[in-house]
Amino acid sequence: MRKFLKLAALLLLVIAPVLAADSPRQTVVEAILSPDDSRKRELISSLMGQADESIGDLFIAWRKDELFVYTAPDGTKTPVHLIGKIDGDGTQNAIRVDDDKPFTGPDGKPLRLVAGDLAAVEHTTAIRRAMKLVLDLVDVASADFGKRLQAVQTIGLGQDATKLPALQARISKETDPRVQKALVEAVALIQLKDTRTEVKLVALTQLKSLHSLASADFLNRTIKEAEAAKNNEVLKSARAALFAVEQHRSFVDFFGTLFRGISLGSILLVAALGLAITFGLMRVINMAHGEMIAVGAYTTYLVQNIFGVGITIPFFGFSLPLPGLNLTGAAYQWYFIAAIPLSFVTAALVGIALERTVIRFLYKRPLESLLATWGVSLVLQQCFRLMFGANNVQVSSPVYLSGNWLVNDVILGWNRVFVIGFAILIVFGMWLVLSKTPLGLLIRASMQNRTMASCIGVRTDRVNMLTFGLGSGLAGLAGAFLSQIGNVGPSLGQGYIIDSFMVVVVGGIGSIGGTIISAFSIGGIDQVLQQYLPDWAPGLSWVPGIGTFLQNLAQDAAVFGKILVLAGIILFLQWRPSGLFATRSRNLDE
Amino acid sequence: MKIAPFIPAWANRKNTELMLVLVAAVFLIFIFPLFNQLGWVSNFTISLWGKYLCYALLAMSVDLLWGYTGLLSLGQALFFALGGYMHGMYLMRMIGERGQYHKPIPDFLVFLGWTKLPAFWEPFASFPFALTMVFLLPGLIAYVFGFLAFRSRIRGVYFSILTQALTYAASIMFFRNNLLLGGNNGFTDFKFILGYDLLAPVTQRALFVASAITLLLVYGFCRWLKQTKFGLVQQAIRDGENRVLFSGYSTAHYKLFVFVLAALIAAVGGALYVPQVGIINPGEMQADKSLEAVVWVAVGGRGTLLGPIVGAVGVNALKSWAVRAFPDLWYIVLGGLFILVVLFLPGGLVSLPKRLAPLWRRIRKTDIPEAAVAAKPSPIPEIASHKT
Repeated sequence: MRKFLKLAALLLLVIAPVLAADSPRQTVVEAILSPDDSRKRELISSLMGQADESIGDLFIAWRKDELFVYTAPDGTKTPVHLIGKIDGDGTQNAIRVDDDKPFTGPDGKPLRLVAGDLAAVEHTTAIRRAMKLVLDLVDVASADFGKRLQAVQTIGLGQDATKLPALQARISKETDPRVQKALVEAVALIQLKDTRTEVKLVALTQLKSLHSLASADFLNRTIKEAEAAKNNEVLKSARAALFAVEQHRSFVDFFGTLFRGISLGSILLVAALGLAITFGLMRVINMAHGEMIAVGAYTTYLVQNIFGVGITIPFFGFSLPLPGLNLTGAAYQWYFIAAIPLSFVTAALVGIALERTVIRFLYKRPLESLLATWGVSLVLQQCFRLMFGANNVQVSSPVYLSGNWLVNDVILGWNRVFVIGFAILIVFGMWLVLSKTPLGLLIRASMQNRTMASCIGVRTDRVNMLTFGLGSGLAGLAGAFLSQIGNVGPSLGQGYIIDSFMVVVVGGIGSIGGTIISAFSIGGIDQVLQQYLPDWAPGLSWVPGIGTFLQNLAQDAAVFGKILVLAGIILFLQWRPSGLFATRSRNLDE
Repeated sequence: MKIAPFIPAWANRKNTELMLVLVAAVFLIFIFPLFNQLGWVSNFTISLWGKYLCYALLAMSVDLLWGYTGLLSLGQALFFALGGYMHGMYLMRMIGERGQYHKPIPDFLVFLGWTKLPAFWEPFASFPFALTMVFLLPGLIAYVFGFLAFRSRIRGVYFSILTQALTYAASIMFFRNNLLLGGNNGFTDFKFILGYDLLAPVTQRALFVASAITLLLVYGFCRWLKQTKFGLVQQAIRDGENRVLFSGYSTAHYKLFVFVLAALIAAVGGALYVPQVGIINPGEMQADKSLEAVVWVAVGGRGTLLGPIVGAVGVNALKSWAVRAFPDLWYIVLGGLFILVVLFLPGGLVSLPKRLAPLWRRIRKTDIPEAAVAAKPSPIPEIASHKT
């Protein structure tokens, strides 16, 4: 790296005299006033990679014949840019090219000039070509970091040798290390096309140390060319560089998979935690659990609209208008924070209503609680459809949850990072509630032995109600977060219900710790299969008869992975029928 | 756990039920098709009722498991759909070159870029092979799954959840094009069955009669099975599995047999369903469909033989009407019906006469003490209240 910078600095010294002009705008003025065409081109080309957007605009004006030279009575020439509306006398506003300020007369007032009176600034094909090169490189010097990075990367992939000097000149000026890295990479990629072996070798060494994923294609091409040309030195170096890139790729894949596995695990955990309470502790098979998640998600949607312009909800011929707060900007972004407790409360209330009207009659008939709650889930889904429409509704991500975090080429989505943090938080919160509060004590007592708890004066009926409310509220919280990750629609809950039950069953009914471990294991295994199944698919050809068929199927990694996970769960339950952490009991039926 | 008390009215009801079934069978097998031939009953009605009868078969299979063995399977729609798919493959081959693309292979394969038939499609041109597969594939899957599940003593809700997961896994697999079974759209556009034009009224009528006869046979078989020693053990497993186990019966084997049997019944239902409805797609094997079949049984009355048939036909007839009359409210009606039945009528519709009997007698001012006795215990809540 240092060696290369030295080289770049050396090159810069060579180019430096050309760049004598103090500012880019001065250079443009000089170019306009210069009588010699080749000198003009030289001056324009010297702006490559140095010009910002305003110079780009100037060049565009030049090509559109909007630049003129004003000659004062004393003979001094001033290039001006005529813009704005032409009035009745044919005059326009004039802007000085050299400092971008209105052109003033001796009295200090802005002058309005007539285009016909002035000498237009000419441009030939050669000049236009030179200007185009500069324009291509305008974004490289842009003030916007993202634009700069993008531009440098595009140029590198284009491998256009004419842009090489400009990029090299830019390296020392660039302050951002990421863009600087991109510049070095772009330079190396362009040099890869060079015919000289030693330049190629320098570029390859550079690429090897950068091991950027984008360079793999170019390295492969270089290897092919080197094989054709029997250039062993380049071949060896290119292979080494490619190996470094491949190694980096497997590193990125591994950590990307790890991250996605953890984030999927958190999603499963968040969705299943409520179920771990209602199903695990209370032994109620709540098939409407998914709809509780949807209640939370729709609450988020409503809160978003109330923070915005308001919304009218139609229901059975009535319509309920909810006025909006008409907030904008930062205040509006707070809606998500407000939605989190609200979605908990709403889902908990719906859950309590459900417990009071249906479930409390079915505590002794778990299979029938499954059926009745499925009926509830049908009713709720249809209510969502009637209230919010059959299509998905738009829940926008607040700014602090959108965007990515790039660590060493591994993409970490902010919302995913957030879900992981959130999962940790609610697990901690649930632990606090269950083990440190009087309510938690009562819940644990009632769930362990309802009759005994009731004998010593615990109002188990009320505890049941609150426990179910807590489980449903957790589902609502999950809904608020899932609205940031997937679509919010009437069948949102259906997508999570089977997975959630699987997580709880594998973890062991009644064991929160088991639920956590099983959520992360299932999430991790699922992502590993999705990532690596396509690589393993060719290995399936040995299966007699249906080898190709299986290979084909394995290409659908997402689906096939999921099926393998489900099959794995069934086999796992052979080994541990009551999950990872079975709650021990002397009861034969448990 | 109490043993269900012996009810004198039971024997009486049995005879009424038999009479009802015979009348219905004569009506469905002879009179209905005859009316259709005479033009008094439309072809649409025939195929609609044919569909109901196939659903009744599915409901019978659910009842055999849930009502008589205490195993709530949420995967019966999978076996129903698998039976349908196996028969559908035969029907697809019978289209021959009359498809949209006029190629010797099914249209969707042409669409996916295949030029010759995949190997596993080859033998389905033979009807006996397809028929064997209708039984073999669902039976095999039920056997393997049941073996694993019952061996490790997975029961109650765990069994339900696992069967649901199985159905879910299969449905997401069948939705893929790579499975080469039609993907999303499944199979449709059938033309011929055994050389007869599938769309001709006479073929549809024959299929209807075949469905009715199959249903009658299955009904008869279950009725016979129920009173054999096997059937008694089966019901004992439902009421107290541990006791049966400790009495020296290998409950896992009994349950496995019933599970495979139920899968076969469902598969036959599916195989008859496909030619009458004219389409089979993965939507038929989604978890919801299995639950819907459970609703039919619950509404009709589980643990009875007439219940599932009444439930399947009744709920589907209601659905056909309600979907057109109140498209927005249908799911609320279905869900609400289900909640009400589970909460207030655990015995289903067929238990209604017995429940209403005391009321009826009071109206007719007959012997009041006898009515009070008859009103107290009914066998169904007894099943319902035991711990699963």
